[in-house]
Amino acid sequence: MTLFTQQLFNGVALGGVYCLAAIGLTLVFGVLRIPNLAHGSLYMLGAYVTYFFLTTVGVPYVAAIGIAALILFVLGVLLERLVFHPLRNSPHTHHMIAAIGAMFFFQAVAQAIWGADFRRMETPISGSVHILGAEISAQRIVIIVTAVVVLSLLTWFIKRSIHGQTIEAIEQDRTGAALVGINPAMVSMLTLGLSALLVTIAAGLVSPINLLSPTMGDSLNLKVFAIIILGGLGSLPGAIVGSFALAIAETMTSTYISSAVGEAVAFIVLVAVLAIKPTGLFAKAVQR
Amino acid sequence: MSALKNPRIIGTLAVLLIIALTPVAFGDENYIMRVITVGLCSAIAVYGMNIILGFTGQLSLAQGGFFGIGAYAVGLLTTDFDWSFWQAFLVGVVGTSAIGYLSGLIALRTKDEYFAIFTMAIGFIIYLTISRWEAVTHAHSGVNNVKFPEAGDIVDFSNPTAMFYLVFIILLICVYITYAIRRSSVGRTLLTIRTSEDLADAIGVNVGLSKQLAFAASAFFGGIGGGLYASVVGFIGPDAATVDKTFEFLMFILVGGMGTVAGPLVGTMIVTFLFELFQDFQAYRFIVLGPIIIALVIFAPRGIVGYLGGFIDKRARKRRIGSAHKDGAARSQGTAQAGGTATKDDSVRADKSANSDGSTRAGAAERRETTADTITTDDEEK
Repeated sequence: MTLFTQQLFNGVALGGVYCLAAIGLTLVFGVLRIPNLAHGSLYMLGAYVTYFFLTTVGVPYVAAIGIAALILFVLGVLLERLVFHPLRNSPHTHHMIAAIGAMFFFQAVAQAIWGADFRRMETPISGSVHILGAEISAQRIVIIVTAVVVLSLLTWFIKRSIHGQTIEAIEQDRTGAALVGINPAMVSMLTLGLSALLVTIAAGLVSPINLLSPTMGDSLNLKVFAIIILGGLGSLPGAIVGSFALAIAETMTSTYISSAVGEAVAFIVLVAVLAIKPTGLFAKAVQR
Repeated sequence: MSALKNPRIIGTLAVLLIIALTPVAFGDENYIMRVITVGLCSAIAVYGMNIILGFTGQLSLAQGGFFGIGAYAVGLLTTDFDWSFWQAFLVGVVGTSAIGYLSGLIALRTKDEYFAIFTMAIGFIIYLTISRWEAVTHAHSGVNNVKFPEAGDIVDFSNPTAMFYLVFIILLICVYITYAIRRSSVGRTLLTIRTSEDLADAIGVNVGLSKQLAFAASAFFGGIGGGLYASVVGFIGPDAATVDKTFEFLMFILVGGMGTVAGPLVGTMIVTFLFELFQDFQAYRFIVLGPIIIALVIFAPRGIVGYLGGFIDKRARKRRIGSAHKDGAARSQGTAQAGGTATKDDSVRADKSANSDGSTRAGAAERRETTADTITTDDEEK
């Protein structure tokens, strides 16, 4: 039972990380209609930039994440402007190929700057908390709390603030939104920047638990795609439910069956769900 | 004879001839021969991608996985089970095609982005299976001493040049199959699906079955490429099945030109050459190549062969319109011969009944040109 509680908390913490990563990706899909395959490499860069500010520059942990998030926001905007914007009228295969090019580029840059070796980010938050007999590391509590706070802020931003509402408007009807004076190009940049910002927060939070490497984004990339496909591309509730469901399934199968199954469970679930419902669980009626 | 007047075919044959002659130049350099032969193996897999992506317009990201299955089938069966290469190769290719067909049954229920990511998940599951199922695949220690193909005492395939020609001949068959598909009604069916699935459906194409076969065919080519690769290299690890492998193939086809007959080969060879050029900075090559991929997709989505093809068409169209006018003028003077200039073209049987009026003929010639070239023009239109 103690093991179960422990793993449940680990699963929820992991779910928080997936959620921050998946929300950005699904937003980008909703607005740009692009599955941004470079998302995992943005996560990786976010982790390294956080590491750089924390270890090399020496600013406090929270500030390091904040600065990294802002830098990645700018990078996301640039990615939209330089790569996806010129391709807005191309067949959908071309975006994906360009995103793959960007992904390789980011990985090579990270490797050139920080090397291919694994790096460890020192845990700035130490200690652990006892809940129901299980020992939960403080870092995981921080992840869960931050994820909830960030998600609430994001929901407020999209539902209540004027800039956030433009995102939803574009998602619903690009032409209609443009007619009422919303600039789709601006919103696209904002969305990609926002997704990079969110994924950097996720990376900064989880890095003290995991190791850093230029390819650390690859498996996250695939899992997050599995999540948003599962939830239905472009659906926010789908992404949230999918994140926590898959993360808990992953930690549980890793604990009780084997780590290899744990790693594959996201895809097994994905195959099973798409075999039954090819457009995901929470599919919106997506305009094409 | 008429085929030899088509610049596209001449170009393709020239490329094949140049590659066929590489052993004359590098025959003694085992390393170079091996690199080129590995390139040809990749090219075969890229031809598979060409059918599903280039012709049918579905971005399948499982190709690296299929390549890995082919490679591991040959690798494991020839070492742990001591089968002959040919037996293993046959089983590998048939097995890969079967897995392709079966996964296609589910994968093709999805569309567009869902399909791309779903196939990427298939590729990743294959990779995970290979890299984690230690009891069968030896996981990260890989498979050593994969057998060379047996040929009695006739040829010794441990000789890199002999191996090169074996792979080359199989590649030739793949190129011919691609050419045959492109010309046949099957090819036109696939191109119609690429242009518009709804349209294809409306005019009575069995979209599901066609896509299913195209996907199985892509797995078939992937299996062939992988099986040969295992034998050429002699050692395989889980690297052979990574999703990155798929992305590599994607770059090859993009550089060469999607949906063209020569494109996959040209692209693979050029990019392999670039990879070798950047060999010393292996890990950093994508600092240059990444932006190149992006620039290619933005500024040159048709690839090298696509552009050359476009150039040829433009010239041919100009010439044909010019000669058609002349032809029409001649006819109106009552001196024209039946068929006229158009018989030079092998695709104009329908034209024999064409109007003798010069301008109509020119118009018909142009229309014919456009239908024959949906493949190069519709990328621009999109």
